[in-house]
Amino acid sequence: MSTAVIEEFDNTGVAPRQRAPLVLGEHDLASVTEAVCRVVERPKPPRAWYIAFAVSSAVTGMLFAMIGYLFLVGVGVWGVNNPVSWGWAIVNFVFWVGIGHAGTLISAILFLFRQRWRNSINRFAEAMTIFAVMCAGIFPAIHVGRVWVAYWLFPIPNQMQMWPNFRSPLIWDVFAVNTYMLVSLVFWYVGLIPDLATLRDRATTRIRQIAYGLAALGWRGSQRHWHRYEVAYLLLAALATPLVISVHSVVSFDFAVAQLPGWHTTIFPPYFVAGAIFSGCAMVVTLIVPARQWFGLRELVTRRHLENLTKVILATGSIVGYAYAIEFFTAWYSGNAYELFTFVNRALGPYAWAYWIMITCNVLVPQLFWFKRCRTNLVIMFIISILVNVGMWFERFVIVTTSLSRDFLPSSWDYYSPTWVDILTFIGSFGLFFTMFLLFIRYLPMVAMAEVKTLMPQAHGHGGKGGDHA
Amino acid sequence: MATSESPQLCGVLAEFETVDALLAAARRVREAGFARWDAHAPFPVHGLDEAMGIRRTRLPWIVLACGLMGVLVGLGLQWWTNAVDYPFLISGKPLFSWPANVPVIFELGVLFAAMGAFLGMLVLNRLPEWYHPVLTSERFRRATSDRFFIVIDADDPRFDRRGTSELLESVGGAVELLEA
Repeated sequence: MSTAVIEEFDNTGVAPRQRAPLVLGEHDLASVTEAVCRVVERPKPPRAWYIAFAVSSAVTGMLFAMIGYLFLVGVGVWGVNNPVSWGWAIVNFVFWVGIGHAGTLISAILFLFRQRWRNSINRFAEAMTIFAVMCAGIFPAIHVGRVWVAYWLFPIPNQMQMWPNFRSPLIWDVFAVNTYMLVSLVFWYVGLIPDLATLRDRATTRIRQIAYGLAALGWRGSQRHWHRYEVAYLLLAALATPLVISVHSVVSFDFAVAQLPGWHTTIFPPYFVAGAIFSGCAMVVTLIVPARQWFGLRELVTRRHLENLTKVILATGSIVGYAYAIEFFTAWYSGNAYELFTFVNRALGPYAWAYWIMITCNVLVPQLFWFKRCRTNLVIMFIISILVNVGMWFERFVIVTTSLSRDFLPSSWDYYSPTWVDILTFIGSFGLFFTMFLLFIRYLPMVAMAEVKTLMPQAHGHGGKGGDHA
Repeated sequence: MATSESPQLCGVLAEFETVDALLAAARRVREAGFARWDAHAPFPVHGLDEAMGIRRTRLPWIVLACGLMGVLVGLGLQWWTNAVDYPFLISGKPLFSWPANVPVIFELGVLFAAMGAFLGMLVLNRLPEWYHPVLTSERFRRATSDRFFIVIDADDPRFDRRGTSELLESVGGAVELLEA
């Protein structure tokens, strides 16, 4: 496993008449198959995988232990109090759901925009989405207090013969996040079917043949099937696209529909969606920079792909920065004393430390991506991507706790601190995320082979159109 | 028909190395009037639908129908639970106010449509189909990697053991007989 950064062919140039190649090196269709399947077909993964898996499994175990402790003893083991009745759990929920949205943006929205460069990263990003949404879904479920009646969240007949209040964003969330989970899973699986068939046809052991064969549903590359497949894929992309916008808008409604100063503002839906894409693309960069190095995929996920991701991070980070400024402006322009106080309190009050971490990481740091050197240097982009996610976690923390801890009536004010259970539960969620991710890397093809092949010259006839690149 | 000693012939398989060869062959096979045949590739080949004469699928209509069903389910669910079965009397607001119900209606519409796309595609493709004679061919394993194939079923009215093989060879395919 080489960690040295080798000089790579630079396909990040912007020459107007020339489309940059998206697959580098002397690849043909068979070598693309080989490059991706090789990782999955190793009889035993490298020792580093086992070590990473052991660590992440242990951390996942800690997550379940913390949840068990929470269920046994009650929500008092967390730091929530009056008035801060929403603490780290909700911050973590929004954090993880937000990360998920970039995967769907890459899979679905970039597909609709014919951005072909998404073909080599969409499988990876969509897997990230599914695992992030799994982690997200845990928090609303466990934070309810009376977890034995958590089924009241759903419109299921109960002993009181009551139904949920469908006017509440809390139930909208139930439908939105569940829909998002199911649609993302379906979209990801549909994309996997042809590649699972490739693995089935290359399988050398009976177990692999049966496992991949079952999952591949008997796919045999029939053009009559491909025709309906392509239509289904396009429709799924078209359906997943409004989900990116609507799901995080509904999550933002958890705050915006409430009356609290600092929450009750119409900028929340677009601001949250931009922030979600911002943090999710940063997480993709964090994961893919090492993955492409360690698994020999640098010719399929090239510098150009990474640079494109950093540009999206820059754009969405700027939108988030703008939203911060507009919030301040709105608070001043409204003349509302409570609103104005809330924002001054964020910058100068007891949570100022969190606020300024957020501003540094979300507004200042991503602006470095204006410089080409930062967009193409792997170490710099890796560090920036981590700082972005730190900043985005703090953004949700600032939103939730500052507005709750100091709202309309000063006699109700109080300070919120997390307990060790809060902290370990959050760390535990990363364990779950990385455990799922390591399993994905081990058993499934990280790159969508069939889709990448459509980008190559061998996929296009001489009489037909040249491929769309870049 | 096959006798009890010889295996039954299911069809003829031809392998091609390039997309161009596949497209040219597909046009020839279509012109020759075959109906029960198919082409196989590791990715969807542009121009192959036209070359084969594949008609547009009805799947989008199925997806639309499922989406509309989801919308109606969402509307009905919220109307019945909040306005009829256990009416929510909240500060004089109307019992049924559809603007507040839009998020759930939208999400259920998208959910049903997506499931319709997924299941509709599988049903129309008759998947899962874990056994197919073509999967028994060793050569065919490369269909999911880097080679292109045309398979003509023996059931086709114009199928002739020798003639069909010769046709496929004449357009540059490496021919193999598929037996059950």
